[in-house]
Amino acid sequence: MAEHSVAAAHDHDHKPHGWRRWVYATNHKDIGTMYLVFACLMFFIGGAMAMVIRAELFKPGMQLVDPQLFNSMTTMHALIMIFGAVMPAWTGLANWMIPMQVGAPEMALPRLINFSFWILPFAFTLLLATLFVPGGAPAGGWTMYPPLVLQNGASFPMLIFAVHMMGASSILGAINVVVTILNMRAPGMTLLRMPLFVWTWLITAYLLIAVMPVLAGAVTMLLTDHFFGTTFFTAAGGGDPVMFQHIFWFFGHPEVYILILPAFGIVSEIIPTFSRKPLFGYEAMVYATASIAFLSFIVWAHHMFVVGMPLAAQLFFMLSTMLIAIPTGVKVFNWTATMWKGSLSFEPPMLFALAFLFLFTIGGFSGLMLAIVPADYQYQDTYFVVAHFHYVLVPGAIFGIMAGVYYWLPKWVGNMYHMGLAKWHFWLSAIFVNVLFFPQHFLGLAGMPRRIPDYAVQFTDWNMVSSIGGFGFGLSQLLFPILIYMCVKSGKPVKVNKAWEGAHGLEWELPSPAPYHSWQTPPSDAIIAKGAFH
Amino acid sequence: MANAAHAQDSNSYYVPHDSTWPITGSVALFTLMLGAISYLNDWAGGWSFIPGAILMAFMFFGWFGTVIGESQRGVYNVQVDHSFRMGMMWFIFSEVMFFAAFFGALFYARTLSVPWLSGQGVKVFTNLVLWPQYEATWPTNGPAHVGGRADSSFDVIPAFSLPAINTAILLTSGLTITVAHHALRAGKRGTLTVFLALTFILGFTFVGLQAKEYGEAYRELGLRLSTGIYGSTFFMLTGFHGLHVTIGAIMLLVIWLRVLRGHFTPDRHFAFEAVAWYWHFVDVVWLGLFIFVYWL
Ligand SMILES: [Cu+2]
Repeated sequence: MAEHSVAAAHDHDHKPHGWRRWVYATNHKDIGTMYLVFACLMFFIGGAMAMVIRAELFKPGMQLVDPQLFNSMTTMHALIMIFGAVMPAWTGLANWMIPMQVGAPEMALPRLINFSFWILPFAFTLLLATLFVPGGAPAGGWTMYPPLVLQNGASFPMLIFAVHMMGASSILGAINVVVTILNMRAPGMTLLRMPLFVWTWLITAYLLIAVMPVLAGAVTMLLTDHFFGTTFFTAAGGGDPVMFQHIFWFFGHPEVYILILPAFGIVSEIIPTFSRKPLFGYEAMVYATASIAFLSFIVWAHHMFVVGMPLAAQLFFMLSTMLIAIPTGVKVFNWTATMWKGSLSFEPPMLFALAFLFLFTIGGFSGLMLAIVPADYQYQDTYFVVAHFHYVLVPGAIFGIMAGVYYWLPKWVGNMYHMGLAKWHFWLSAIFVNVLFFPQHFLGLAGMPRRIPDYAVQFTDWNMVSSIGGFGFGLSQLLFPILIYMCVKSGKPVKVNKAWEGAHGLEWELPSPAPYHSWQTPPSDAIIAKGAFH
Repeated sequence: MANAAHAQDSNSYYVPHDSTWPITGSVALFTLMLGAISYLNDWAGGWSFIPGAILMAFMFFGWFGTVIGESQRGVYNVQVDHSFRMGMMWFIFSEVMFFAAFFGALFYARTLSVPWLSGQGVKVFTNLVLWPQYEATWPTNGPAHVGGRADSSFDVIPAFSLPAINTAILLTSGLTITVAHHALRAGKRGTLTVFLALTFILGFTFVGLQAKEYGEAYRELGLRLSTGIYGSTFFMLTGFHGLHVTIGAIMLLVIWLRVLRGHFTPDRHFAFEAVAWYWHFVDVVWLGLFIFVYWL
């Protein structure tokens, strides 16, 4: 805010020690670190489940797990990766970076970010505990469609309450982000001077606050349908199981932008840095992000073209979905144009950002194919859908997170990581992710359904290729925590503020590692103006 | 606390250190959820809610107590006040979206699923195959007449009986809190105390009348949570609203007690305004309920 200065209530680096520092934390960096460590842990747990899936699908016939456990694995893998890995990773990056990027000492509501973080370990304890209760873990898919989800055993209420807790955590975390961005900016940090990571997170947080409560409402209706005799999703009582799908996807489609918009922001920071040029079309990027967010509220039924809906509705949702390609195209164009005639270098963050640019675009194109109603009748519930959303989420969201970590890690730790090893991590990830997911397009177009533990023999070859890619991708991710550990323990000190010579923005004006309370005295207008693209 | 030394510095943004309340809240929430799960899975009786409820109450008393204490010590500058205000507004927005899900279910049932079940529109086969005799009406407990009295019939609560009185009560309470707010700003503590008390008395009266209405619905009208889609939407919407009125009335009671202790000044009274916004929010939700659930 322009009218008052933002300084922390202390002028010293007083850090609490031991476990109290983490459990009672109110510091944006400590809490950001906990979010990131938690996300990494969940990434490996969810990844292990994916390995079970790919091992079972390595060849036709039943090998390792029974169909019930297989379906539990697909369901839990999705819930853990979405709510446990990607969303907490974004919130962790937001907590770390937003105060630094807007010139604030801390997040606006320090106790609340502690609460929003510490709900998560309990929520996922609850979710993971379902693996050990009678009837096994939820197996009806992460979308929790009734009536199937109501047939889960003791895991059912655990699933519902775990989702409630994750939702509460996300809402509180998002409120903190919005308030920090709107209220904690240094004087002179006008909205259109904000870095795009801040912009995309502002819009993401708005989406979170708007749709997480809708998910809470939907799962509450499931709970009362199961235990208290309501008939929201039962035709006999005048309800409709399809109604759940409408409410769920009203949450679900904005949710996919929640998972990807911060990646747009990070890529928009990294590409200019390593092209040594300002971002092309900064303002257009902001407006494109806002239009994507707006459109995300009016496209949800493209997930349900085959459940039956009036023709007019099908046409509406097909066309509105295709409209999203316009602002997304603006973004892809602007990233490409930023590199045009730039002096490019290919450090790990740039490599991940470039892979994002190419591979996310593939996921976007297959999304357009899925938006076409008659074609979707063919693709619905096949591996083509699986290939589509994994292209958006793995080389999209996950690579975005990786890019962000490799970009800012030197600022957080004060040490540079092992460049060679990071490039190995990149190339192994980028190659195996395609070996893993590209064949799934072929499988889907050939008619292989998703969420099945066994398949017809003609699908064997591409499943084997995909599984090999899966194991390779999974194993190469182990490099990531090793690399971070090495960086923290024995990385070469960065010493300078700008770990990357072409970097823009306020975070690069702070020392490396950044001080405990980021901007205790607000940065000057000149410094802010220097770092802004607009 | 290390930062208390800087408490009078109006330029500094207060950052608390080492807070025990959030982790208490997380443990309390987890305990409450475990209790609910144990109860619903028949692993334990209704007592299993008690530990979580006690912990939650402890957390709310402790957390709000700490914040009120800090506020009274004057450590919050104007910018902190702005953060609290924005936080509350966005929280209310999230609540609006929670109710939107249930209103969405109501509108979907009334305009789409019930007509479809009677054979209109694109979904004729459910009607033809399963319930060819079903005619769309509202209120309805569905083509299979789920729940209701022994003969599956049920009656609804007429809008212009108790619900109309409740509407008058809530709208009046919206006025009294506004009067109280103006009194606070004008420094008239007597008027403030009286009108704030009136507001929460009206709020609790509303809750009492809702409870009476629920009793009649269950005993005499055959209108229960399990009475088809009408009962489902009616009780979930009015139930969650009633819960919010109860919470709002408790919040009003708390700020009234704070007024009695001399808290709030004419220009610094965030908690009062937050409660007032919340109260207006439950008021507006009620108007939606009165129109779309009871009246139309
Ligand atoms: Cu979608």
